[in-house]
Amino acid sequence: MFILKLIFKNAFRHKLRTWLTIVGITIAILAFGLLRTVISTWYSGVESSSATRLVTRNAISLVFSLPLSYEESIRHVPGVKFVTRDNWFGGIYIDEKHFFPSFAIDPKNYLPLVPEFVIPGDQQAAFIRDRNAALAGRKIAEKYHWKLGDTIMLKGTIFPGNWEFVLRAIYHGRDKSTDETFFLFHWDYLNEALKKTVSGRADQVGFYFIGVTSPNVAAQVSQDIDKMFKNSLSETLTETEKAFQLGFISMSEAIIVAIRMVSAVVIIIIMAVMANTMAMTARERFGEYAVLKTLGFGGAHLAGMIFGESLVIAILGGAAGIALTFPVSRAFGRAMDNYFPVFNVATATIYMDMASALLIGLVAGIVPAWRAVHIRVADGLRRIG
Amino acid sequence: MGKIPFSYSLRNLWTRRLTTVLTISGMALVVFVFASILMLAEGLKETLVQTGSYDNVVVIRKGSNSEVQSGIDRLSASIVETEPEVAIGVNGNRLVARELVVLINLPKRGSNKPSNVVIRGTTESSLLLRPQVKLKAGRMPRPGSSEIMAGLSIARRFNGGGLGETLRFGMRDWAVVGIFDAGNTGFNSEIWGDVDQLMQAFRRPVYSSVIFKLGNAADFDKVKLRLENDPRMTIEAKRESVYYEEQSKVMAKFLRVLGLSLTIIFSAGATIGAMITMYTAVANRTSEIGTLRALGFQRRNILTAFLMESLLLGVLGGCTGLFFASFMQLITISTMNFQTFSELAFSFSLTINIIYQSIVFSLIMGFMGGVLPAVRASRMNIVDALRAS
Amino acid sequence: MEADKQPIVEIQNLSKAYHRGSQVVPVLNDLTFDIKEGEFLALMGPSGSGKSTLLNLIAGIDRADSGTIKVGAVDITALTETQLARWRADNVGFIFQFYNLIPVLTAFENVALPLLLTGLSKSERREHVEIALSIVGLDDRMDHYPGELSGGQQQRVAIARAVITDPALLVADEPTGDLDRVSAGEILDLMERLNAESGKTIVMVTHDPRAAGKAHVIKHLEKGVLNVHPEAHF
Repeated sequence: MFILKLIFKNAFRHKLRTWLTIVGITIAILAFGLLRTVISTWYSGVESSSATRLVTRNAISLVFSLPLSYEESIRHVPGVKFVTRDNWFGGIYIDEKHFFPSFAIDPKNYLPLVPEFVIPGDQQAAFIRDRNAALAGRKIAEKYHWKLGDTIMLKGTIFPGNWEFVLRAIYHGRDKSTDETFFLFHWDYLNEALKKTVSGRADQVGFYFIGVTSPNVAAQVSQDIDKMFKNSLSETLTETEKAFQLGFISMSEAIIVAIRMVSAVVIIIIMAVMANTMAMTARERFGEYAVLKTLGFGGAHLAGMIFGESLVIAILGGAAGIALTFPVSRAFGRAMDNYFPVFNVATATIYMDMASALLIGLVAGIVPAWRAVHIRVADGLRRIG
Repeated sequence: MGKIPFSYSLRNLWTRRLTTVLTISGMALVVFVFASILMLAEGLKETLVQTGSYDNVVVIRKGSNSEVQSGIDRLSASIVETEPEVAIGVNGNRLVARELVVLINLPKRGSNKPSNVVIRGTTESSLLLRPQVKLKAGRMPRPGSSEIMAGLSIARRFNGGGLGETLRFGMRDWAVVGIFDAGNTGFNSEIWGDVDQLMQAFRRPVYSSVIFKLGNAADFDKVKLRLENDPRMTIEAKRESVYYEEQSKVMAKFLRVLGLSLTIIFSAGATIGAMITMYTAVANRTSEIGTLRALGFQRRNILTAFLMESLLLGVLGGCTGLFFASFMQLITISTMNFQTFSELAFSFSLTINIIYQSIVFSLIMGFMGGVLPAVRASRMNIVDALRAS
Repeated sequence: MEADKQPIVEIQNLSKAYHRGSQVVPVLNDLTFDIKEGEFLALMGPSGSGKSTLLNLIAGIDRADSGTIKVGAVDITALTETQLARWRADNVGFIFQFYNLIPVLTAFENVALPLLLTGLSKSERREHVEIALSIVGLDDRMDHYPGELSGGQQQRVAIARAVITDPALLVADEPTGDLDRVSAGEILDLMERLNAESGKTIVMVTHDPRAAGKAHVIKHLEKGVLNVHPEAHF
């Protein structure tokens, strides 16, 4: 391991320069990891999709509703196990800064569809029993210090007015990728109120959330449902939950592509910096390399030493960057929890970080190694004298 | 002050060409990203600000965040229409339009990926209220027909949106008979048709909004107060320019936050690159520094010379980055506005202000990278420096 | 001939020690002596004897621990760093063993460097530089970079730079140390001429007996004490 020791010592000959380079790489890997985590958060909805869940919406767009009468017809389609009516409520809690998703659903048919929402049995019963009950995710319950029995008021945007609910249940996510910021309440509660105030808007469903018996029948069931309502006043579009989520994401595709490109740019910037460092280092040691050549070390040896040094620096920086990614993304996730309900660092991101660090180390060493291999001994020795 | 000639700094950069190029490249990339983000935010702002007029008023249901969520019944619409502050047009008609705004899901050309597009049900007044909207090809849809006209961005990017093509929704076929160009505004991402026909097709009994022009722009506060306090309606009124500016708040903030964090991180990387370069330059020219001091140059002369070098690196990096960023103006971003869930197309916009900010930024990076090494150079002990090889 | 010249350098009780970690190594010990105007002095002695240190102190690029140095009636030990720099520009010319030319400047520009510290105009500077370079015999190489010149030529450029502001005092640290026999001889002749014709006082540190031979006075520095060299006065 003498070679390794030599490489290490060489790397730290110029302590300041080496440490600056390592800090630079740490920052780059950290930024890269954060950006990738932002993107994977976008896709976290897709991650937590189930292959046995479908979404049926109005074929024109989500802005249009479906008749309540569709529910029974859908329930009788072969392969359908559960179907629940579902309305995006879009309520505001306190003010626009505090945002969480709120939905009006049919608890008896909704809860079996979401086994990843873990609810204590007594709370679940209370939620189903009371018409004005609400079910909230652990994250928002903790954030706003809600306790079971609290009255929570939401201001309606799509459905105007002030709406009061009583918190009867809190769920926590079974998986790390489960969104724990949902606020759910009874569809009937919403509909009853609408019947009294704006009857024209009652008995309208935003979309249907459907559970099928197995993933294999998903495609067939989707087709069957849409065929049923073709050429009616409200034609439907049924797709798997994953396709539905992907559809949303693709609308922001430009932004996602931009972020991906930017994260590549980070790596390129730091590659330039690191390549610069190695080039300078190699230039200074020109004479030494010539001497080594006279002693019998071949070009391959020199290249190996240079790449070794470059990789040592890159790996140290990469390791520090990876280690810092966890606390930094925790802080970032807390600060931005309005925008990112789930902010976990994926394992794939860590692998990408490592690969990036190695790539940086290798690329930075190319030109210096090439030059060292092609030194003419006489030139090199002249430089020392 | 700067008695050591400028050519000294310049030639030293030229002598170490590879290092100089690499350091400048790092800085150029950072400035490129910095300028691009600023340009994007500016482009977004320009698009949305130009979309609304200062003397138009948008009336929507109280509490709704946008026209799409809003519903205004016929009674409320009539009340708004008869307000005295509504401007009168050249042919004696009131300049007020009842409009319907919904989203339809359309596939993009090429990728076929779906996006939500705004369909606006309009009247003849709508066009008068939006002077930015100009017919570019084809003709206006005939009132009472299933004809529609599409904004330039929609015609370009979406299947079925081009002149002569057809869209199908509400159990009817709608022919695109005209294309309009609304300049750099959000209307270019919309499809317009007859409001009554669309309301029928979508089975909507209520309008989304009422737009009118003020006879006197200063009357806004008066009208707003009266309309919002009228017990027969639950509405809110906003100036059209303000309404559209608010529609971009979330996106603008997102771009700003993302942009700022990225810039800080990147600039740290590039500054470190500059620091490494300059520390090495100082280390390699130690005996030169000693010589210059011996000849009688002051410490501050040495400091200035080295600082000049790194500032030069910064400026060159900044100009290079700006040069490449300016090409981004050829690109148009088509994405979903987070707030309205609808399609929005906007571009990168380069302003003098952005150029200025970018150069200042690159100078700051050059300074931060060079100041510590320059101080070290200036503080060297003459005898030790001369002794170095 | 030398005896009635005024002293241009007056050194009184000069002491300097080096600090290596916690160790204190005395180098110059309570030195007192004069250098006459127009004198050509060679300082010799074993390695580490402090002759370069003494040279550096006289030239104003190092600070003594105690004692005074007066050069032309100016007590340079009392000057601030800034004043010292200005003083050096006007009063001292340097000739180094390794020439110490700025590699990115041409011969012309290197020689012009000290003039940038004066108020001369560009054309005035050009005039002075051309004269200086012709004195050292290099006016045909003005636009060459140091890397394009031989060792002897580089040293001549350095000498031109050293005399351009017409300082009274020239200090040289092993001026021939890196030169071949022929070039060394040329440089020494040049220095001798500068001393004889222009009356410049030269203080030279050297190992080279041939260089010492050109000097009027040879002093021997050993263990911080200055003695007259066995080869004595001329």
